[in-house]
Amino acid sequence: MKVLVPIKRVVDYNVKVRVKADNTGVELAGVKMSMNPFDEIAVEEAVRLKEAGTVTEVVVVTCGTAACQETLRAGLAIGADRAILVETDAELQPLAVAKLLKAVADKEQPNLIICGKQAIDDDANQTGQMLAALLGWPQATFASKVVIAGDKATVTREVDGGLETIELSMPALVSTDLRLNEPRYATLPNIMKAKKKPLDTHKPDALGVDVTPRLKTLKVVEPAKRKGGVMVPDVAALVEKLKNEAKVI
Amino acid sequence: MSEYNAPLRDMKFVLQELAGLEQVSQLPGCEEASPDVVDAILEEAGKFASGVLSPLNWGGDQVGATWNDGKVKTAPGWQGAYKQFVDSGWNALSCPTEHGGQGLPRLVSTLVEEMWNSANMAFTLCPMLTRGAIEAIELRGSDELKQKYLPKMVSGEWTGTMNLTEPQAGSDLAAVRTKAVPQGEGTYKVFGQKIFITYGEHDLTDNIIHLVLARTPDAPEGVKGISLFVVPKFLLKADGMPDKENGRNDVHCVSIEHKLGIHASPTAVLAFGDHGGATGFLVGEENRGLEYMFIMMNAARFAVGLEGVGLSERAYQRALGYARDRIQGTELGVKGGGKVSIVRHPDVRRMLMLMKSQTEAMRAVACVVAAATDAARCHTDDATRKQNQAFVELMIPIVKGWSTENSIDITSLGVQIHGGMGFIEETGAAQHFRDSRITAIYEGTTAIQANDLLGRKIARDGGQTIKGLIAAMRKVEVDLSTHNDDELAAIRKSLSAGVDALEQGVNYIVATYGSNVQAASVGSVPFLKLFGIVAGGWQMARAALASKQRLADGSGDAAFYKTKITTARFYADHVLSQAGGIAYAVVNGAAGAIAIADDQF
Repeated sequence: MKVLVPIKRVVDYNVKVRVKADNTGVELAGVKMSMNPFDEIAVEEAVRLKEAGTVTEVVVVTCGTAACQETLRAGLAIGADRAILVETDAELQPLAVAKLLKAVADKEQPNLIICGKQAIDDDANQTGQMLAALLGWPQATFASKVVIAGDKATVTREVDGGLETIELSMPALVSTDLRLNEPRYATLPNIMKAKKKPLDTHKPDALGVDVTPRLKTLKVVEPAKRKGGVMVPDVAALVEKLKNEAKVI
Repeated sequence: MSEYNAPLRDMKFVLQELAGLEQVSQLPGCEEASPDVVDAILEEAGKFASGVLSPLNWGGDQVGATWNDGKVKTAPGWQGAYKQFVDSGWNALSCPTEHGGQGLPRLVSTLVEEMWNSANMAFTLCPMLTRGAIEAIELRGSDELKQKYLPKMVSGEWTGTMNLTEPQAGSDLAAVRTKAVPQGEGTYKVFGQKIFITYGEHDLTDNIIHLVLARTPDAPEGVKGISLFVVPKFLLKADGMPDKENGRNDVHCVSIEHKLGIHASPTAVLAFGDHGGATGFLVGEENRGLEYMFIMMNAARFAVGLEGVGLSERAYQRALGYARDRIQGTELGVKGGGKVSIVRHPDVRRMLMLMKSQTEAMRAVACVVAAATDAARCHTDDATRKQNQAFVELMIPIVKGWSTENSIDITSLGVQIHGGMGFIEETGAAQHFRDSRITAIYEGTTAIQANDLLGRKIARDGGQTIKGLIAAMRKVEVDLSTHNDDELAAIRKSLSAGVDALEQGVNYIVATYGSNVQAASVGSVPFLKLFGIVAGGWQMARAALASKQRLADGSGDAAFYKTKITTARFYADHVLSQAGGIAYAVVNGAAGAIAIADDQF
């Protein structure tokens, strides 16, 4: 059984993100980049399935610039067997990524795709769902537990009211939530081996995918600074402020 | 409480711009260390340091290692962290590949060790001592000793210790009295007491391999009569595993010390032979133990220097976090402004910059020396190897003595920035200060480093090696003068005066050491400091030049490069500028210390 794990290179979660002076996006020059934490959980889950003997091959894939190789190597160091980079300098939006991943999935024919539920840079939470739809596969999002038996996957999902357990027929797509597992630290020998594992590069054109953005970013600004609070003398004053100042009631 | 974050940006800068990782990775045997692999290693080591080692540091200090009836219990979390450390392969990072190590260059392990030391120095001492013991067996041990002990020490399944000190034999190892009586077939019975044995007893592994200095019955007096022995805690069974039932060797931990710092590192008093004699195996030949120790001394002293760098970085990060958060007073010269974080206060900024600039200078010097260590070991050209080796030997007392003495001042500044809270243990700043204090003492006090610097490293070759280095520093001065830039001009001015001061000191030592060794030696520690300060200034000047170039290319992170130049400027103005005064003390300062009568102290 083969698992495909799409991963994304994002600004490291420790970095305090700053908006570019010209308001076209966030500052990326000289900023530390890492694998999206939800995707790390996805790689970890796939590698655990391999270690348990359920899975025979784990392939990590990403779409983006040549610098993304570093992120793929990090996935290989956790224990993935090989990597695919769909290399492009173009701005990629969720639908384009989903289409690229569908093309990769068509080639690779995995039985299972495990991806992070969302990326911590744009928080779109769309790619996994779109990919499952394009493939026509069942999907289980926000997984906190995954059990594979035969050609069925039983997935426990984190939903608003608590936990929901569903069964899917494979091939299927699972997106990971925070509590699915705790990713390991890569070992030194595996970091060194990662360099020698295969990494293939494709271009979007060769996959027959048009990645032209469908959405246009008009402006990126910092969230408005919170103003200092005031103590109100009584409920009437509070209601008055909510009505006339905040205009929320 | 602030968490440790590995300073990866600065580390990568030093690797690329100052220490020449690219060239090191082209040396035969260092090919694995390509820049992308090194990046990945540093990233992951940084995660491990922050996520596993750093969270245990405070608890380790508070609870410490405890002794009960000959057994030592390590601090909370130590067993789990040690297992994770060796399972992740970190113990084997720089160990030889023949015995299961990764054989990575010293340049790479230098930065990884800095991270371990920042995160948790008391923990890091354990693998550091094991590394020293591995080196001793590897260098001079018989094939049998290597086969039996090295694979398990490299993997971290067993740890190693170094047993040198005895109550009457501290800096003066000639006074060692521990006895080793031959039993035939290369085995000996060892009797005596050793003190200050780091991780001499613990509950982390199944076996502990002690390396012990002792005298055979007919050995000559003094340093020429000391031999080196392997004394395992458990003797081995035929299958190579420790004999837990019948193999308990006659070496016992009779107590552990109560110390100013590194509480979680058990410092053992070991009794050998109280119950009939501890079985030991000779390493190399009889009476050459001290000579073997000296071969490893450079590596050990360098490693202690990295403790100074690591602690300084950690103290800086903690102080910076506090200075940003702590709101106190209004900004000087601003009328009607609100309360501000103390990071806005000029003197706090000065202290932070002293911490930052000196730590970066120490890291740069250590890495340049590490790269030379790799070239001295691996370069194909004989003359290049020799030249690098001479540079390394000259610089070891600086990396050790200067970085550790500085770390005491830097961690003290860290306390100062916290104000009254710095004096309170819960803040965490005090621990770094206390932990740093030992680094200028063990593996040779600063005075021992300075003696070594003056005698063996400068006077012996008539100052030839250091004059070569001074010429290299002058070249940087010339490079600086080709730029029309105020900051670089200020750096050049200070570097020029600093190198003059260093040269003055060197000339004095070369002229005086033979005729009046006492006078030269009064200035030995000040000279070591002078040399360190100027070496740091040299590297910071190179850093400024490289940053200027990157800014001109328009490549990468402009804010980082601008900050680097500002930091180098600060170092030149505040630290390097002290060189002249210290040179004055070196050249003129002997009279007072020598002339005063002993009973007038």
